[in-house]
Amino acid sequence: MKAEFITSANLPIPTFSVLNADGVVSPGAEIAPLTEAKARKMYSDMLFTRVLDERMVAAQRQGRLSFYLTCTGEEAAVMGTAAAFSEHDMIMGQYREQAALRFRGFTTKQFMNQMFSNELDLGKGRQMPIHYGCRALNFMTISSPLGTQIPQAAGYAYGQKLEGKEACTLCYFGDGAASEGDFHAGLNMAAVLKCPVVFVARNNGYAISTPTSEQFAGDGIASRGVGYGIKTIRVDGNDILATYTAAVAARAMALANKEPVLIETMSYRLGAHSTSDDPSGYRSREEEDKWRDKDPINRMKNWLLAQGWWSEDEEKSTLEEYRSEVLATMKSEEKHPSPKLEELINDVYDVPPAHLQAQYESLKKHIELYPEHYPATSGRL
Amino acid sequence: MAKMNLLQAVNSALETAMADNDRVVCLGEDIGKFGGVFRATSNLQEKFGRDRVFNTPLTEQGIAGFAIGLAAQGAVPVAEIQFADYIFPAFDQIVNEAAKFRYRSGNEFDVAGLTFRTPYGGGIAGGLYHSQSPEAYFCHTPGLKIVVPSTPYQAKGLLLAAIRDPNPVLFFEPKAIYRAAIGEVPEEDYEIPIGKAEVTETGTDITLLAWGAQMIAVNKAAAMARADGISCEIIDLRSLLPWDVETVVASVIKTGRLLVSHEACRTGGFGAEIATEIQERCFLYLESPISRVTGMDTPYPLALEKEYMADHLKIYEAIKSSVKF
Repeated sequence: MKAEFITSANLPIPTFSVLNADGVVSPGAEIAPLTEAKARKMYSDMLFTRVLDERMVAAQRQGRLSFYLTCTGEEAAVMGTAAAFSEHDMIMGQYREQAALRFRGFTTKQFMNQMFSNELDLGKGRQMPIHYGCRALNFMTISSPLGTQIPQAAGYAYGQKLEGKEACTLCYFGDGAASEGDFHAGLNMAAVLKCPVVFVARNNGYAISTPTSEQFAGDGIASRGVGYGIKTIRVDGNDILATYTAAVAARAMALANKEPVLIETMSYRLGAHSTSDDPSGYRSREEEDKWRDKDPINRMKNWLLAQGWWSEDEEKSTLEEYRSEVLATMKSEEKHPSPKLEELINDVYDVPPAHLQAQYESLKKHIELYPEHYPATSGRL
Repeated sequence: MAKMNLLQAVNSALETAMADNDRVVCLGEDIGKFGGVFRATSNLQEKFGRDRVFNTPLTEQGIAGFAIGLAAQGAVPVAEIQFADYIFPAFDQIVNEAAKFRYRSGNEFDVAGLTFRTPYGGGIAGGLYHSQSPEAYFCHTPGLKIVVPSTPYQAKGLLLAAIRDPNPVLFFEPKAIYRAAIGEVPEEDYEIPIGKAEVTETGTDITLLAWGAQMIAVNKAAAMARADGISCEIIDLRSLLPWDVETVVASVIKTGRLLVSHEACRTGGFGAEIATEIQERCFLYLESPISRVTGMDTPYPLALEKEYMADHLKIYEAIKSSVKF
């Protein structure tokens, strides 16, 4: 026997793809069944997400909002996977998955209240914009530290399995977060402890400004799944039927075999990382245009049109409706006041302990001394 | 009642909690069939099955993250970090995730059932990485509760309280006295409230405050001082976050003097927090500066461990200095 070394070339990972750029299904492609009603909802929610992103970036530029992150370019990667799951399944996202949250039923008002950190925000105004969370919709509150949700998702899924629930966990993260130790810990634990969790690695080419070529030397994220002993698939992330089909199969395997599954969606972050950076500093216009031509929303639209499930008129009226809804809701919700002062100390523990209560009382007295300096709370002590 | 050492008391608490609530699960490195490197989880897998008592891969950040997810789902995980010295890879999960889970979600989600158990402390020739007392790092984190038992009776009652507390709790176990500390422990279920100190001895001249294994050194020093005619009031703090300020204040108002002793190094140690709070609350009652007897500001040594430690002789000398001030 000869000492032979292998490389990723020995383990080529294909990319599962169904729709071509014009939205035509490749001959012989096997796709998960999708009803007209569900396809229309998925598409409408993708359109909503695009509109929300455009409007909120504009609002941030106008100074009405402190911060925003778009899903733009990755709507099919997020929607196709999220739509394959049951409403009883937990979603643990990174921060760019607002399309999934919309699909679950998060209202425009709820989006706005979170982003304006007002007293109606479910998160009580404690986190920066886009850190959504909603127990009723089984959407775990977003946390800024990257990758922390990955081992948590494994644990959550293990809990679901122990309880004998017909439910699993869907966990999103990006190509950059997959460099965190928590990624390794989480995937390894999920595999060893047989947790019904579907990991979706959104490979969008960039972690803020760092291209994947400077993030890892191996063959993407998918190659790692195999290394952990996890069933893995790489899909065209701009192809809604590919992401949906892969996710339907992944969920079924996760639940039937009580095992994790990894999906790597190959896509592109068409927008900036956040409203705090400008991509022209680290990538070319040509590169962006190349991907803009593969826009996942257009691709789905072409398919829907060919099915006779959508029309240009509907497109126009839906976009108009969403634009005015987003603008009107923004206008009404940005007027709500901040949470009351007591929300500063609530929820640190189940009940505020004595030392925190004392700090609160002392703060209240201080605010009463300088009410004009603390206008958000001084009028409502 | 049964005679138990501290390890057996921990084991008894885990068994009681698991029998009482089938959502309680134990996880950690080597805690399964082997029962943990210190045997704190002995026989639990046999009794409750592999699904509820299981080994994890060797990854503290993974154990912490996994346990957080379990708790968020509604399970009641008791995760073991094999040595407190190895808790740092889990620091982000504990400090940024577990501690903030309820707050950041506006109480949409919580990790109410979460408990971390971890053996801490020196005196076992463990050198840098099997001796540390990292409690102060975590005391700086709102959202956590921190508990340190010093006797088998406390270990069982406080651990049961920790497991059932609706907040994430870090439970530091004094491994130096795992087997040396022996005492009467009820076989039945009982809890000791978190956040409440215990006055273990009343006295009039000086208040001595410590927690965990350091209680042994404090008790020894107090006995030496007593022979000199110095009457020490001794408080076992038991919980560091939240800590029982009122009990300490009442004692210091009575004695006029306070000595705090901990194994961890001095600068930024939890003794500094206690000294400041008591100075603010008891300034006019103090007859001498609040004294700290602690480990030194070095990494935890090996060959010179005896010299490094805040032992009973150092405490005894500090008591005399305080009383003579």
